[in-house]
Amino acid sequence: MPVLVSLVLRRLLGALPSIAAVVVVTFVLTRALPGDPAAYFAGPAADAQSVEEIRRKLGLDKPLPVQFLAYLGDLAQGEMGTSLITGQPVSADILARLPASVELTLCGLALALAVSLPLGVAAATRPGSWVDHMARVISTAGVSLPVFFTGLLLVYIFYYLLGWAPAPMGRLDLFASAPTTITGFYLVDSLITGQFATFRAAAAQLVLPALTLGLFALAPLTRMTRASMLGVLGSDFIRTARAGGLSRGTVLVTYALRNALLPVVTTLGMVFSFLLGANVLVEKVFAWPGIGSYAIEALVASDYAPVQGFILTMAIMYVGLNLMIDILYGLIDPRVRIEA
Amino acid sequence: MSPALRHMRYVLAENPVTAGAFVGFALLIALALFGPMIAPFDPLASDTDIALQPPSLAHWFGTDHLGRDILSRVIVAARLDMQIALAAVALSFVFGSLLGVLAGWYGGGIDRAIGRVVDTIMAFPLFVLAMGIVAALGNTVGNIIYATAIINLPFYARMARAETNARRDAGFVEAARLSGNSDARILAAQVFPNILPPMMVQVSLNLGYAILNAAGLSFIGLGVRPPTPEWGIMVAEGATYIVSGEWWIALFPGLVLMAAVFCFNLLGDGLRDIIDPRRRT
Amino acid sequence: MNAMLRGLCLATALATCAVPALAQSRDETLLVVVESGTNSLDIHAVGANPASYGVVWNIYDRLLSYGTKTMPDGSLSYDHTNIKPELAESWKFTADDEITFYLRKDAKFHDGTPITAKDVKWSFDRMVAVGGFPTFQMKAGSLEKPEQFIAVDDHTFRVKLLRKDKLTVPDLGVPVPIVLNSELIKKHATEKDPWGLEWSKLNDAGGGAYKVESWKPGEQLVLARYDDWKSGPLPKLKKVVIRDVPSAGNRRALVERGDVDLSFDLPPKDSQELAKGGKVKVTGTPIENSLWYTGMGVKQPPFDNVKVRQAVAYALPYQKIMDAVVYGRAIPMFGGPATPTKAVWPQPSPYNTDMAKARKLLAEAGFPNGFETVIHINQGVASLSEPMATLVQESLGQIGIKATINKVPGANWRAAMLKKDMPLFIDTFAGWLNYPDYYFFWGYHGQNAVFNVMSYQNPEMDKLIDASRFETDAKKYEDQVKGFVKMAWDDVPRAPLFQYYLDAAMGKNVQGYTYWFHRAIDFRSISKK
Repeated sequence: MPVLVSLVLRRLLGALPSIAAVVVVTFVLTRALPGDPAAYFAGPAADAQSVEEIRRKLGLDKPLPVQFLAYLGDLAQGEMGTSLITGQPVSADILARLPASVELTLCGLALALAVSLPLGVAAATRPGSWVDHMARVISTAGVSLPVFFTGLLLVYIFYYLLGWAPAPMGRLDLFASAPTTITGFYLVDSLITGQFATFRAAAAQLVLPALTLGLFALAPLTRMTRASMLGVLGSDFIRTARAGGLSRGTVLVTYALRNALLPVVTTLGMVFSFLLGANVLVEKVFAWPGIGSYAIEALVASDYAPVQGFILTMAIMYVGLNLMIDILYGLIDPRVRIEA
Repeated sequence: MSPALRHMRYVLAENPVTAGAFVGFALLIALALFGPMIAPFDPLASDTDIALQPPSLAHWFGTDHLGRDILSRVIVAARLDMQIALAAVALSFVFGSLLGVLAGWYGGGIDRAIGRVVDTIMAFPLFVLAMGIVAALGNTVGNIIYATAIINLPFYARMARAETNARRDAGFVEAARLSGNSDARILAAQVFPNILPPMMVQVSLNLGYAILNAAGLSFIGLGVRPPTPEWGIMVAEGATYIVSGEWWIALFPGLVLMAAVFCFNLLGDGLRDIIDPRRRT
Repeated sequence: MNAMLRGLCLATALATCAVPALAQSRDETLLVVVESGTNSLDIHAVGANPASYGVVWNIYDRLLSYGTKTMPDGSLSYDHTNIKPELAESWKFTADDEITFYLRKDAKFHDGTPITAKDVKWSFDRMVAVGGFPTFQMKAGSLEKPEQFIAVDDHTFRVKLLRKDKLTVPDLGVPVPIVLNSELIKKHATEKDPWGLEWSKLNDAGGGAYKVESWKPGEQLVLARYDDWKSGPLPKLKKVVIRDVPSAGNRRALVERGDVDLSFDLPPKDSQELAKGGKVKVTGTPIENSLWYTGMGVKQPPFDNVKVRQAVAYALPYQKIMDAVVYGRAIPMFGGPATPTKAVWPQPSPYNTDMAKARKLLAEAGFPNGFETVIHINQGVASLSEPMATLVQESLGQIGIKATINKVPGANWRAAMLKKDMPLFIDTFAGWLNYPDYYFFWGYHGQNAVFNVMSYQNPEMDKLIDASRFETDAKKYEDQVKGFVKMAWDDVPRAPLFQYYLDAAMGKNVQGYTYWFHRAIDFRSISKK
């Protein structure tokens, strides 16, 4: 579809100024961090002279514009620099850690959807009833919890007290070995290679962090489903369908829900990118080796390259995601045209 | 009784949850105003002899690792937390809606420029952006407020733009224009009051989000200075004691924090019902 | 189903090996959790973090090492008085200014190439050339120039001494002077990086008892035993898995529930409670030559006034800190005799909490109503420094000193120390080599090293420190040490608080855990039964 391709291209071009602005702002922000990486990495007993030596080695003695140009040059070659904390190239670090974050976020989102769609529909069909109030209270409670608090509480109850959940130490317990990397998603990779035991282990590790994240995503999704369903249910074509004698279920699912999904999908995209950024805290609690925990650690150590790499990656993903949603939007509702 | 008030009473009567939220909000405001007066103990006074005591008659919420009374700290913290939330939301509301109204009213180049700024902020992972700002500028109350305000700005800007845009050619605006009012006057007297109700919903939802955001910053060590009591820091500090069985240190501030956010969110919902014209029957 | 059972099923399904064999491998595998893991496999690399000390300790050999001793409480500790062979079978002074080392003839690197004096020479040249921490640490033992190091033949290595320094030989047993596989690294050296640091940072070039089996930075490190290791008895553990778990609560839960074998560097409250709980073994050893203290910038008024400093020292809530911050997992360093009785460091200062005295001193100094100041703490160690600062702040408030607390981000702490503009701060310093003069040389000497954060300068004290560093007469040395310790009490630029414990919690079947000055785990001595 050449029309679609050109539209996508135009959209991507349109996003370039935003990405460029993100690159500049991030660069300035990281340089404004209080830490002096040279002093930090000069080791425990550095004197002023060896700190200067390290500064030269890191290229931090040059004026900011020069540093920025050097950074742009590296970026143009796909280089995001080297993390001082892990000692690895940032691009390799992010590539290795991104699947962990995305897998966790997707699982959290799936859990949230599984609860919020039925809840939202139920609430919309009986507005003002106890179901409606319950849906509101549950979803609002979910979004009112600080995620790190929920996470710690879940760990305490399900791992420490009850022993149902595995130890909160990353994507796999100590005995399992990671599946062969194909997509980087342990759940998918283990299924493809037929390592069902690994699948179970990975899934077990995922439950608590995904639940923590999912709780947070519950509110916007339930709300949007309810609101959108309410709107659709009150519209003429539903009344017509009802009057035409179609069964309640058919009206709800085939007519109402399908049309109500549009705004939900938009919300889904927003929630996804929001969760991906917000799961830094969840990753910290569950020792999850994702990009969020990576960014926190780098930020605390004033390790510029990973922070820049992380934010840039997230910005690009955000743009890509929005584009995908727009396309999806068009698929669900052919009336909507993708605007450039 | 005016119709608006009657409608409000109707909504509140119909929806007990919203009524509860209004009561909770009033309580929070009261805590923030009179907290230091009603706290039973000095929230900063340590007493290591009674450190880590579970809830008792003397200390309803127990004591923390330095023997400070958690109830008093929770009560006194209300003021600071409300300050952070209100100030941050007020800032983003004022600047966000200003930008949004301008973009929606004038359109064209101004709209595109403002849209670009908003898009750029949105393209950042918001919590990490807040972290970065606080880390770069230093962890003071002021900087926490600015960071929270900046990451909330796009929501107001977008909303104000959409609402203004929809009313730009409305009859009452047209009438005001024809009677010779200036743009600024129309915006201030006609457009802004009309877009205010939907914005208020956003404000109330954002108050909760602002508190959560500050708590999250505290959790990773970017909160206000010790020993100032603040709910997020108290939860973060208490979190390390959960595993050793001292659940009350994190639990009570956590519950109050949750209750406050919960209250703001329900309030937002309730406000939406009140102003939603479709329900005004 | 608990994690271990699940692990068993899992491993069975994967490897289809018999259960007894697996149970045995569990006995020969040690699972360790740490807060944050290593960022480098080479301690010489720029920015190698403290966790890397433990890695190089196990994957590389040094010429010599230290023996172990049993502490009064039955735990094991390295013995700084007993230096023993590692890669060098023996050594002797072959001239007044020359030590000759005779290397083991059968030792091989992990890739099978023999370890020769050429490798030793190259490694020593490297650490004095790369700058930064390794070079600095070697300088502490007067090992400074490549000309000092001579490979006499394949198995004889000689060090020429610049001066008679009692630290030269002990300094060869710290984690820095490792012997690297020079031929292997040279293959990966570049013009920009002549010492191949970029490569050795990520790759194992050692000949030590363990080799790196796999490493995911920020996640886990797996070490496997090197079966051809000759520099000591073959370790019992075949495999060591070190997993990063940032949350202290989770680390505690893991070891308490038996999911991991060893949790290292525990918060004091966890150590105290785990020790009381009895489910696991907790070994705590006071960290040698270390001290937590409240420091005062003597160039920052009003702390330039010795009476103000003494007032602060009398106003500190010592016992409260012992009870509520370190939970007794430390040795109090206050309430000692007015003059030092022993030539040791650290030792209790004569200060104690005495508010009346503090007020009187403050009034004499001209501040009857106190003043305002800022307490700086390192956020990187906030779990200790923050409650301490809170208590200190409250206590100082009672004598009228109104202090606010400034949390300096961990990344910025080093820079803040270098700037030396903090009026009041809480920090710790520990010296690897257990000599009082070593501590004072870095912490108090007028050379104003980074660890003299107070910028304290006292020519009298410097004279004593300088003399004691190279003193050979035991009696004179003792007097010099007592002399400078007394000055440190009287002038009190830092008010000692406590000597901290290094705590490790481990399963009851873990044997042979030994305390080391470098505060990393030596897996070679550990076994499970």
